[in-house]
Amino acid sequence: MIKVALIGAGKMGISHLSILGAHPLVEIVGVADTSKIVNDVLEKYSGMKTFTDYKKMLDEVKPDAVFVSVPTKFHASFVEDLLNRNIHVFVEKPFCLNAAQGENLIRLAKGKGLVNQVGYHNKFVGTFEEVKRLVNSGVLGELNHFIGEAYGPVVIRKKQETWRSDPEEGGGCLMDYASHVIDLINYLVSPITKVHGSLLKSIYSTQVEDAVYALLETSNHVSGVLSVNWSDETHRKMSTGITIIGSKGKIISDASELKVFLKSDDVPAGYSKGWNIKYVTDLTHGVDFYLRGEEYSAQIDYFINAVAGKGPNDKNSFESAWNTDYAISLIKNKKN
Amino acid sequence: MDRILFGDNQFFAVNHISDEKSRAQSIKFKEDKTILDTIDISRNLGVETFMCTTHDRIYNICDMVRADPDKYSKFSIYPCMPYAHKYANAVTELGIMGTIKHYVPGNFFGSIFKGGMAVVSKDYVSIMELLIDAEMKMFKNINTPVIFLQNVITDLLLGLNMKDILKAYHDYVIKKYNAEPGYITMNMPMLLDKLESVGIKNPIICSSINKAGFRMSGGMELYEHTLKTRQLRAIAMQVLGGGAIPAKEALAYVCSLPNVASILFGASSKQNISQTISLINEFDEQNRKLK
Repeated sequence: MIKVALIGAGKMGISHLSILGAHPLVEIVGVADTSKIVNDVLEKYSGMKTFTDYKKMLDEVKPDAVFVSVPTKFHASFVEDLLNRNIHVFVEKPFCLNAAQGENLIRLAKGKGLVNQVGYHNKFVGTFEEVKRLVNSGVLGELNHFIGEAYGPVVIRKKQETWRSDPEEGGGCLMDYASHVIDLINYLVSPITKVHGSLLKSIYSTQVEDAVYALLETSNHVSGVLSVNWSDETHRKMSTGITIIGSKGKIISDASELKVFLKSDDVPAGYSKGWNIKYVTDLTHGVDFYLRGEEYSAQIDYFINAVAGKGPNDKNSFESAWNTDYAISLIKNKKN
Repeated sequence: MDRILFGDNQFFAVNHISDEKSRAQSIKFKEDKTILDTIDISRNLGVETFMCTTHDRIYNICDMVRADPDKYSKFSIYPCMPYAHKYANAVTELGIMGTIKHYVPGNFFGSIFKGGMAVVSKDYVSIMELLIDAEMKMFKNINTPVIFLQNVITDLLLGLNMKDILKAYHDYVIKKYNAEPGYITMNMPMLLDKLESVGIKNPIICSSINKAGFRMSGGMELYEHTLKTRQLRAIAMQVLGGGAIPAKEALAYVCSLPNVASILFGASSKQNISQTISLINEFDEQNRKLK
């Protein structure tokens, strides 16, 4: 059994905890949270050992691996502490507040040979996995342009402030929401290395942006547009999509539906010239325990397998998440 | 329970395979009256049970149902609580305590007698009971013979091994509402084990059951084995596997399984509603003859 602990039992933390609780290879050895009520409930009903001080927890329960889901401003120092104690780390997205913080952590994790993963779960969504496969196969020809989008109803009125509305703590649509799309572009096209201009717009929030629009360029010189707005209540929940245009075809994909247009007859198995439509239901691998989407269980399975020495640690490594932090910093620096 | 239950996903833009279809549904069902008209189509074809989340818009549907008691004398609703996005968004915005304060009837500190005492005495089950009451308010004077816990909550509690809360939910629904507790889950075999471990026998469990094996966590074989060998009243949902399986093939499969007490489906058009109902009836009739 792999001894796993959690730091931060908020919305994502509790979700991870439940999936870990059902995982046959995992023993949950401790939970650290600052909320007394959350700790009480977990002790009383789940019989878990809880702590308000995470360092005390680490000293006492000596986990093999730790999940970190606390506000982004704490990521760098917590993760550094964990790596120094030779603990494998899964940390929520975004990785760090800035690109400089992450560099040190990448070195540390590599040097110590520790498993490191960041919670960009879209890479485990069936449709996006298929997009990756298609792009890698070269079926789109020479890539020319992309559009990365996300819309959803996070901030739909002026409201009470939380850490998500504090730019110093990693709040705002760019870090909290657009990061998912940026990470997906980095993965599916190539890392973003140039930003030609960006707009960070407030709609309801007073301290942070609610929408991000930017003109981007990747390391392989593909241009693209980023359009993200978390104050859009025409979507029931976060809806993330990507369009990739190449010389031989075009892909339009979101988390549920994949549309592929191919110009020639030279196509991969299961595809034909013209439009092809596939659904996530056909592209999803089943999981042993389902909570909010196969991707949440799949990313945890992937991490646990890597810790158990049974699988790779390539997807969502600190290094790949650093590329996203870097792109975020470029967008911030280019804002108009 | 009725053999066929009419669901509500189509009314609230829940579509597992297409955002475009979701939007089209949002547009089609903009008016509450259109929702009730569609429910009436299913009622006129003999399906008198509507299974729905405690979405804010169900308030209005319930008002319209209450306004015409003769028309809806045989009509039942199976509420499924909570409408998760409402709470998930609230937790992001207000935190866990803030959410409880926001949703407990008459505001949290207004119900200080039960709620306030509950926090002080760490009686979290009482807080859950207050939240159930808050969700059930909209169904006043409407027949609700089965009350469901939504899969996000059921499965969250399942993963956290909070079996005492699953049991407390069971007991409270029986005691307060004189109704049968039901559980929606994406992990049916695992849930059945957990419910039996706290002494809940022959539970009502609604889960994905389809020929594609979609969202049948642990695998299709385990589901089929559980249905064949264990005691439960299963409700099959997502029988079309999110649209992956043709209707006829999909329904033939679920109708052939043992222990599937009911089949839940949703559709927007009269043609699809009527086709689904007649296919289920047809396959049931065939299976009866074979026995």
